Amino acid sequence: MGKFDKVDYLARLIRIELSEEEKELFSSQLGDILGYVEQLKEVDISGVEPMYHPLPITNRFRKDEVRPSLDRDKALSNAPEAKDGFFVVPKVIE
Amino acid sequence: MDWEAVIGLEVHVQLNTNTKIFCGCRNEFGAEPNTNVCPVCLGFPGVLPVFNQKVLEYAIKVGLALNCRIAGYTKFDRKNYFYPDLPKAYQISQYDMPIATEGWIEIDTENGPKKIGIKRVHMEEDAGKLIHGEGASYVDYNRAGVPLLEIVSQPDISSPEEAYEYLTTLKQIVQYLGVSDCDMEKGSLRCDANVSVRRRGEGKLGTKTEIKNLNSFKGVKSALEYEIRRQISALESGETIQQETRLWDANKGITQSMRSKEEAHDYRYFPEPDLLPIKVDSSTIESLRSELPEMPKARRRRLVEEYKITEYDAKVLCLEKEFADYFEETARLVKNPKKCANLMISILAEQLNQRGISVKDLAVSPEQLSELVNLWDEGKINNLVVKQVLEEMIETGKPAGAIVEEKGLAQVSDEGMLEGLARETIEKNPKVVQDYRSGKKNAVMFLVGQVMKATRGKANPQKVRQLLERLLEEGVG
Repeated sequence: MGKFDKVDYLARLIRIELSEEEKELFSSQLGDILGYVEQLKEVDISGVEPMYHPLPITNRFRKDEVRPSLDRDKALSNAPEAKDGFFVVPKVIE
Repeated sequence: MDWEAVIGLEVHVQLNTNTKIFCGCRNEFGAEPNTNVCPVCLGFPGVLPVFNQKVLEYAIKVGLALNCRIAGYTKFDRKNYFYPDLPKAYQISQYDMPIATEGWIEIDTENGPKKIGIKRVHMEEDAGKLIHGEGASYVDYNRAGVPLLEIVSQPDISSPEEAYEYLTTLKQIVQYLGVSDCDMEKGSLRCDANVSVRRRGEGKLGTKTEIKNLNSFKGVKSALEYEIRRQISALESGETIQQETRLWDANKGITQSMRSKEEAHDYRYFPEPDLLPIKVDSSTIESLRSELPEMPKARRRRLVEEYKITEYDAKVLCLEKEFADYFEETARLVKNPKKCANLMISILAEQLNQRGISVKDLAVSPEQLSELVNLWDEGKINNLVVKQVLEEMIETGKPAGAIVEEKGLAQVSDEGMLEGLARETIEKNPKVVQDYRSGKKNAVMFLVGQVMKATRGKANPQKVRQLLERLLEEGVG
């Protein structure tokens, strides 16, 4: 078990590279967060309805009506690379 | 040793709404790349998704048609994974509170009907499409945000044949609802399979593998057949099965381990904060239930009763809703619906297949087809000619009667003329007559052929045969 197993795992999942200093920092911050959640678990919640969303509103819908899409050149304009109307990314193999 | 397979299927169905699930971009197949995209489905910072109400209606209808319990309260969740087909690096899906659960459908098996449980149906957005090229991958986000239903079966399926039947039945139900084309070639229906094997009678499940890259219903069946054989032979030679994802290679006819790092799935689901939860009240459910069309099973039963056709004919007619609609429209106009069923199942279906079209694209109206059915039923044209006339109708749009008249295709029923031809044929073929008389009774078929030829296929072959046999028995020739 390495010192930063959890941080390394998370970094890999979200494809970011961390320096040793950052690992040190995030490891302690994540530890604090997990500790806080552990503390929350001590609260007696018997009889409390679970909450799935902080806003007490439901059912906001949109009608199934077409609205204009982006112009393709505009859509591609921020892409580091584009070709023949496609976004181009480093080759990924399934 | 006796083994049994345990199979569960995950089916993704694209809904044919006008727009995507969380934005107003057009939901269409085959558009130029990245023309149906906007800041929402491209995952730009600061945008908010808004849920398409039609998707909810379609999902509830599918849930009801699959005999599910519809959730009174449902919500979306984020499924996080990093892949370029997903512009936000998460897919909006449903995790622990899907729209529909605990349903079932009934399939036909060789041992009679069998219920297959539906574990859940949930709503989610489709990902974009990747094309892999030399040294780079190309991304088209037109598909990103297209509404999907994921339909997960219980592991109640016990053979590749049952899997095939399950898919056929499910596709039929969804098509009848009119919420998806379910076209595997266009990717509007996709399927993954989970399969394990165990010794018959064993209570515990074996280790399962997941098979992906299944491109047709036949492919699902072949892949399962292969994978079941592979697992059994591995276990029989003392190996263990790895829980893994395997890809079906249709060309080689084998499944192969993916062995990729992508396997280490940890989706870190959490409730989608950008979308509000949904409450579904029972009046909404009941009003959608009342909109459900007649389902395939019920329709089959009704067709048997109403038109006095066989169970088999009814099943084939009902495979596609449009085909069954066309049958009913035609059958109401004919004297003998049974003949109408025969014509549609054999001759018409073959014509449609050859032309690669569906009954929707057919230029022949039910009224026009009914005329042909009646001509056939009344014996005015024979079996051979029906096909010829139908072909002509499809190509020219002319009515059946006109074609029969124009081409002189009416069945020759002039007994005198037929007898003349028969006598002539017997006289011209003494060798064949001799064969017949010496006990080779089948030799008469040659003579039948000659008479049919002489009438250009317009005589009734049974009648010609009877006539020839009578003449031969009477000593003619």
